[in-house]
Amino acid sequence: MATPVLDKVEAEASASPYITVTFRIRRFNPEVSAEAVWEDFQLEIDPKERVLDGLHKIKWDLDGTLTFRRSCAHGICGSDAMRINGRNRLACKTLIKDLNPEKPITVEPIKGLTVLKDLVVDMEPFFQAYRDVMPFLITKETNEPTRERLQSAEDRARFDDTTKCILCAACTSSCPVFWNDGQYFGPAAIVNAHRFIFDSRDEAGEQRLEILNDRDGVWRCRTTFNCTDACPRGIEVTKAIAEVKKALITRRF
Amino acid sequence: MKIHKYDTVIVGAGGAGMRAAIESTKRSRTAVLTKLYPTRSHTGAAQGGMAAALANVEEDNWEWHTFDTVKGGDYLVDQDAAEILAKEAIDSVLDLEKMGLPFNRTPNGTIDQRRFGGHSRNHGEAPVRRSCYAADRTGHMILQTLYQNCVKEGVEFFNEFYVLDQMITEEDGVKRSAGVVAYELATGEIHVFQAKAVIYASGGCGKFFRVTSNAHTLTGDGQAAVYRRGLPLEDMEFFQFHPTGIWRMGILLTEGARGEGGILRNKDGERFMEKYAPVMKDLASRDVVSRSIYTEIREGRGCGPEGDHVYLDLTHLPPEQLDAKLPDITEFARTYLGIEPYTDPIPIQPTAHYAMGGIPTNVEGEVLSDNSTVVPGLYAAGEVACVSVHGANRLGTNSLLDINVFGRRAGIAAAEYSQKADYVELPENPAEFVVSQIEQLRTSTGTERVAEIRRELQETMDANVMVFRTEQTIKTAVEKIAELRERYKNVAIQDKGKRFNTDLLEAIELGNLLDLAEVMAVSALARKESRGGHYREDYPNRDDVNFMRHTMAYREVGDDGTESIRLDYKPVVQTRYQPMERKY
Ligand code: SF4
Ligand code: FES
Repeated sequence: MATPVLDKVEAEASASPYITVTFRIRRFNPEVSAEAVWEDFQLEIDPKERVLDGLHKIKWDLDGTLTFRRSCAHGICGSDAMRINGRNRLACKTLIKDLNPEKPITVEPIKGLTVLKDLVVDMEPFFQAYRDVMPFLITKETNEPTRERLQSAEDRARFDDTTKCILCAACTSSCPVFWNDGQYFGPAAIVNAHRFIFDSRDEAGEQRLEILNDRDGVWRCRTTFNCTDACPRGIEVTKAIAEVKKALITRRF
Repeated sequence: MKIHKYDTVIVGAGGAGMRAAIESTKRSRTAVLTKLYPTRSHTGAAQGGMAAALANVEEDNWEWHTFDTVKGGDYLVDQDAAEILAKEAIDSVLDLEKMGLPFNRTPNGTIDQRRFGGHSRNHGEAPVRRSCYAADRTGHMILQTLYQNCVKEGVEFFNEFYVLDQMITEEDGVKRSAGVVAYELATGEIHVFQAKAVIYASGGCGKFFRVTSNAHTLTGDGQAAVYRRGLPLEDMEFFQFHPTGIWRMGILLTEGARGEGGILRNKDGERFMEKYAPVMKDLASRDVVSRSIYTEIREGRGCGPEGDHVYLDLTHLPPEQLDAKLPDITEFARTYLGIEPYTDPIPIQPTAHYAMGGIPTNVEGEVLSDNSTVVPGLYAAGEVACVSVHGANRLGTNSLLDINVFGRRAGIAAAEYSQKADYVELPENPAEFVVSQIEQLRTSTGTERVAEIRRELQETMDANVMVFRTEQTIKTAVEKIAELRERYKNVAIQDKGKRFNTDLLEAIELGNLLDLAEVMAVSALARKESRGGHYREDYPNRDDVNFMRHTMAYREVGDDGTESIRLDYKPVVQTRYQPMERKY
């Protein structure tokens, strides 16, 4: 291993880390007012902290009414997708130092889903689209094998990328087609259909392709790549959609 | 207030809750209540794998697995339960595969397996490859697969419903479960769920520590709800500190990293685990590794300017192996530390990870109201429960296993019970407790802040009841917690609204944490020995004569309303294995 000298993390940690930043947050509470407004908060924060840490500092020390969803705080539960400086990201995976803390950091709810309070949106349409693609393994076998089904490492690799999805909606709510028409399935649902269509064990690929062949299906995608840029799990969303389109044309998958 | 009637109600939608729901929905009318969305549950954070003696890559069998589990738990494990765990592990893994779980595969297409801490061939001879995995996101894949199958089975979920109270009705001196009372986050409305059977699967309570791998939402709501109603909590002093949390943040870096060949090093670059565990080395059980790390730190061999951490070194592993087997944790190091694990070692420290203790149950998942009496209609499974398969220290990969084996068992048992049982009458004013709790917080004009009390609680827990404990430190914690509980009565919130009032719920969650922290500290104070995750510097040895027994903690309320904790003990079930000294 590298000689255990003071590495850069530790060197940075020993200097006084705090800086002052402004969070500019889109507030909305229908119990108080029908209008959404911007509100600024100033706080002291270590730039190595997360935007989520900043939101917590506000909620815990300045204004308990600030409302957002979160749980794991390290990018695996998918609770806290929001629009940060105009881009969809997870608040718990975005560090202050990567945002230019000189300027106010804007935080808004993700777009295309109804805002319920502050940064909380109605996720139901998103999950409905997910459920519509039949996101579960379907096999026709009447005699289940006693042991596991076999699958080669290569076959397993074909859908590896799309198994990483945490259903955070960052992709779907960054898609201009979805903003204009909430009926569009959206990238996340297609990603999850891909996960099964390309699984060698699954036998309902045709059915799922038919669902996605619908007028609100994959053909609505205009390949703007917003989804791929937004995905906090690094999934090549646009590529997965392209593979589904190709499978629809060739009927091979 | 709304009243609902179901055969079976499941509290929590992580691995245990959804595994139970898949069984229970097939057999009874079931509702699953979760304070999150199912896919947000913390099962998704588990990384390394799920143990099962499939013997796909080398010789293995369930008896070796049972032995490792019992030894790993420092002989506090109930051996009948451990045997069920290890035997049913094999079908549990195969069931998940059939449900669609994308396990990593061997070259001949079977489920691949890797090494993990404390899992050995033939009773401790050498590490064995027993952990079935999907890269380093096995928990994520289990959570997703179970949710997918819940969608398939049409499981009925109530998302963002917080269960705040357990209803118990006493008939002829027998305590029976009547259902639960829940608070709907979106509207602030209170819902009474009358049910013939209730299954708690609401997870752990790690948020009473500051450095923890646990999600913000792991606040022990299930444990607190039943404890408040006079039911006991078992072995709460046993908490697991996972050796490799990201320094200062506590984010989990899987033991699978060491299973793949990663090495722990101190500031001199020394592979120090060779000193403490000559055979299993970096793959000794978690309690042993965490203590070794702190011993290095205390003896001045820690890394960094403050000498407060050690390194997890993966630099000798080929980048392709890291990309294929450990993609998530290497990305955590890059994102949160700015470290490139291909070339630089990762600063780590032990992180509060898992509650071995919880709501006592038998192997069918039935909750106990004392050492042997079942509470009709009440079940628990997963981290919230204590069967006890983990004893004083859980082995890695045994919790993903636990939720599947005992989640399934509880789901079947509860549904079968609700098919033959009648509803228990609701208590007179079923929502009374919840209504007054909420009103009290909403209208409080007190001066205490939730965040401040929580901060002080976490500080005292980190400082006093972590890896090393003494009479002195535990007493300090007990006193501090008592002070905080007093101050909590004077807590006020700022959000007085009904809609998505997370300010209110954080206050309630803090109350749960305070209750459980007290149980933990008081249980730890009374256990004057060292065993598994509970290490007393003033009693450094295991004492089988006096303490080979489970702690049972009960809440007592005196005539004048004063609360106290009464400790009792329960024998350990021993079948095959006699306690031996634990060496790795
Ligand atoms: S594909 Fe990526 S961005 Fe879209 S929901 Fe899944 S994890 Fe989120
Ligand atoms: S809080 Fe879980 S993904 Fe951000």
